[in-house]
Amino acid sequence: MNVVEVSEVSKSFKGVKVVDSVSFSIGRSEIFGMVGPNGAGKTTTIRMLMDIIKPDSGEIKILGEPINEEVKNRIGYLPEERGLYKKLTVSQSLSYLAALKNMKKRLARERAEELLKRVNMLPHKDKKTEELSHGMGQLIQFVATILHNPELVVFDEPFVALDPVNTQLLKELILELRSQGKSVILSTHMMNQVEELCDRILMIDKGQAVLYGSLTEIKSRYRNNSVFLECDRLPDGLPGVVGSKAHGKYIEIFLDGRISPQEILSALINKGVKVDRFEVSTPSLNEIFIQVVKEGR
Amino acid sequence: MNKALIIVKHEFWQTVRNRSFIILTLALPVLVILGVGIYQGVQHWYHPGAPQEEKIGYVDHTGMFGNFTREPGVQFVLYTDEETAKDALLAKDVKEYLEIPADYLSSGVITRYTTSREVAPSTKTTGQITDFLISNLLVGQVSPQVLERVETPVLLASVRLNEAGEIAPNQNVVSSFVVPIVFAVLFMISIFFSSGFLFQSVTEEKENRVMEILLSSVSSGQLLVGKVLGLGMAGLLQVAVWLVTVEVFSRVASGIIPALSDLSIPVSLFGWGILYFILGYLMFAALYAGIGSISATAREGQGWSTIFVLPAILPYYFSYFIVSNPEGAVSRTLTFFPLTSPITSMIRLASGAISAWQIALSLIILAGSVVLIMWLASKIFRVFLLMYGKRPALREIVRYIREA
Repeated sequence: MNVVEVSEVSKSFKGVKVVDSVSFSIGRSEIFGMVGPNGAGKTTTIRMLMDIIKPDSGEIKILGEPINEEVKNRIGYLPEERGLYKKLTVSQSLSYLAALKNMKKRLARERAEELLKRVNMLPHKDKKTEELSHGMGQLIQFVATILHNPELVVFDEPFVALDPVNTQLLKELILELRSQGKSVILSTHMMNQVEELCDRILMIDKGQAVLYGSLTEIKSRYRNNSVFLECDRLPDGLPGVVGSKAHGKYIEIFLDGRISPQEILSALINKGVKVDRFEVSTPSLNEIFIQVVKEGR
Repeated sequence: MNKALIIVKHEFWQTVRNRSFIILTLALPVLVILGVGIYQGVQHWYHPGAPQEEKIGYVDHTGMFGNFTREPGVQFVLYTDEETAKDALLAKDVKEYLEIPADYLSSGVITRYTTSREVAPSTKTTGQITDFLISNLLVGQVSPQVLERVETPVLLASVRLNEAGEIAPNQNVVSSFVVPIVFAVLFMISIFFSSGFLFQSVTEEKENRVMEILLSSVSSGQLLVGKVLGLGMAGLLQVAVWLVTVEVFSRVASGIIPALSDLSIPVSLFGWGILYFILGYLMFAALYAGIGSISATAREGQGWSTIFVLPAILPYYFSYFIVSNPEGAVSRTLTFFPLTSPITSMIRLASGAISAWQIALSLIILAGSVVLIMWLASKIFRVFLLMYGKRPALREIVRYIREA
């Protein structure tokens, strides 16, 4: 059973289609990236998943059923626009938010301590959140999101304004969630984070799904059949090579599509070339993203 | 547990623990206890001894004023000439002296000599002198009874009748004027305090961006209901504390303070009072919730809320008029218009001047308005909770309500 099942969902605001018949599904133990430029419809899609706004058409199923109160208790959501009660202490904020997820008081307290310890915030648990720094506040919000042990966790732009240390901590925690069998939706415009963390992605542009699938599959699909080569000399007569381009220290050679990079490497070695670097060129997600968006416009 | 209930609990405790709420709630009981305490203390410690009999000297050139020289609290001392009288005044044997000239009967002029600075002689002294003159002038000409009536012609006792010609309850000035106005003020304070808290809590959650996290756990309807009920219960607690204070005070005070001896608060006031409070609160709470969800910041919403606050405090300014003229067109209009009806009705209930059908009609109108405003507020609430930017124009709000 898929954790999230979205089919043909659309939403318009003031006559403008913000989300245009988008479909996707997410399985267990999966980090799912939702990428796209600002204003592409990511947050609207997520808000529809969370039942904060209703879709105009289409169907959304979470954990096998249309979203309802019981299902909401099994979801964690860290919105892009986020904050905490300034006048409440960390513990008070956490216990209220946990209570709204139907969590037992004692269990919530125990788990809050455990998680606060994990993010090194335990000494601050009785501080009012207005006394915390911005980064500390972000960590508390993260704890609040996963406090009730949700099966599906949605992070909307979680890395914005985080310092490198906390970014690393957050990444580790997200990977931990996957290893615990949770499903994670990561919505961001930071492609390098997606490349690092995500198993599958959905790319949205102007409300439409433009790319959807596993990251490795997409990358190989957008591979432009070239290899980067750093070597002492480039011999002539290599099979299947249709051209080359010098990039300063290294050369990019273009293949005809019938020959595999492995065959080129063995041909080079057979010819006695000393190879310092041999790399199959895969475009970064950023490049794919730019290419796809350009094609679409 | 239902999630709305969790929100009710949270909002209630947050409010009840708030310092300004505690101070406001306890201010009345503390003031009342202080007031009664001070009154008791004064009664206990201040014993004015038997009033010293004062002496007023006089020089009589007519020979008519020798029969009565004593009036309550004062003795009139006859001096043969002005020199001895002046000496007695300077020696403080008398506090003042009068010179009654020979032509007093025709002129009515008497000269009074005193050493104290004063704007005018005190009414007490004037009364004593008047009584002294009357007693001596009329002695032997009328009976002692007539003499007493000439001195004190009337002890006025007023009785207010209602329309049926029966003696109206609450003859006491305090209970018919002061109590209603005190009630109106207390109710107004509590209603606006609680709904103001609601407004604050909505705008705060918008400003600190907790709103979206909340909405991923509960629906906007649950949030609205939870907030309105939670803060309403805090307000109700406050009003209950005040009503108990007023009730206890009226019992204690009528026993120990003579001026308040027949102070009684109509029993109906408590039951109807709570009902009007609940409906009045629900209406203003819904209005405030709606405004709170539309405005991006608390300060922005304050301006809007003034539109509703002004009519609501109108009955307070008209309270004297409402009490003295409860069946006038203005009083009736204010009783039925939903924004003014809770407080107007409270004033009229407290003064005991409102008929059953008017209570019923005003309650029906009020309840209907509450349902309508709640419905509108919940629509607005749902649409605007997550909108941060510019405050929407009225036209936009109307369109959203239609679409929602």
